[in-house]
Amino acid sequence: MFRISNEPLDPAALQRTLADAHAGACVTFEGWVRDHNDGHPVLALDYEAYAPLAEKEGARILEEARAKFAIRGAICVHRVGALKIGDLAVWVGVTAAHRGAAFDACRYLIDETKSRVPVWKKEHYADGATVWINCATRGEHATGVKI
Amino acid sequence: MITVNIQYFAILREQRGLARETLTTAATTAAALYDELRARHGFTLPRDRVRAAITEEFVAWETPLREGQTVVFIPPVAGG
Repeated sequence: MFRISNEPLDPAALQRTLADAHAGACVTFEGWVRDHNDGHPVLALDYEAYAPLAEKEGARILEEARAKFAIRGAICVHRVGALKIGDLAVWVGVTAAHRGAAFDACRYLIDETKSRVPVWKKEHYADGATVWINCATRGEHATGVKI
Repeated sequence: MITVNIQYFAILREQRGLARETLTTAATTAAALYDELRARHGFTLPRDRVRAAITEEFVAWETPLREGQTVVFIPPVAGG
């Protein structure tokens, strides 16, 4: 299940949905809002998604993970809206019979989500500036070109 | 001329000043439509840094546009 959420994420509730007597491993990843990026103090973030396509692309990523790794269950949920430092932006959970597949699939899911799913992040800096990450063009704020 | 619905997100939404609009255009492909909008509204992102989606699926830039479709231009993503 891949979902875009307007509401705060509840990791314990998400993890409970993965409960599985055949699973010997559960690997989870939490992406948190950090107070700096590329040397600039960050005060807050806005996340925005094109939800219908984000959820379709996310479902494709989950299918790919199932084909590549011997996993049982997999969930990825991405938060959108105005987030503050320390908030949970993305949660990934994977179960498998053995830990290796669960670690590998969890890494695959977050990496592909970051690079392919139509979600955007706007950083608000202490000096009042804002930047859409990865969207800057030549001559703009250097933070925006960092991948 | 055809009429299409356009939705804007993130930096494109801010540069356009709108989240959505319905537009009648002479553009026949997603590429031509982006070029038209970029010229009109001064979008900073060149087309090679943007992807196109039609009716909630990614498409190639040369995909023909049809009457009534919803078109979305996808700026570089930054989830996580």
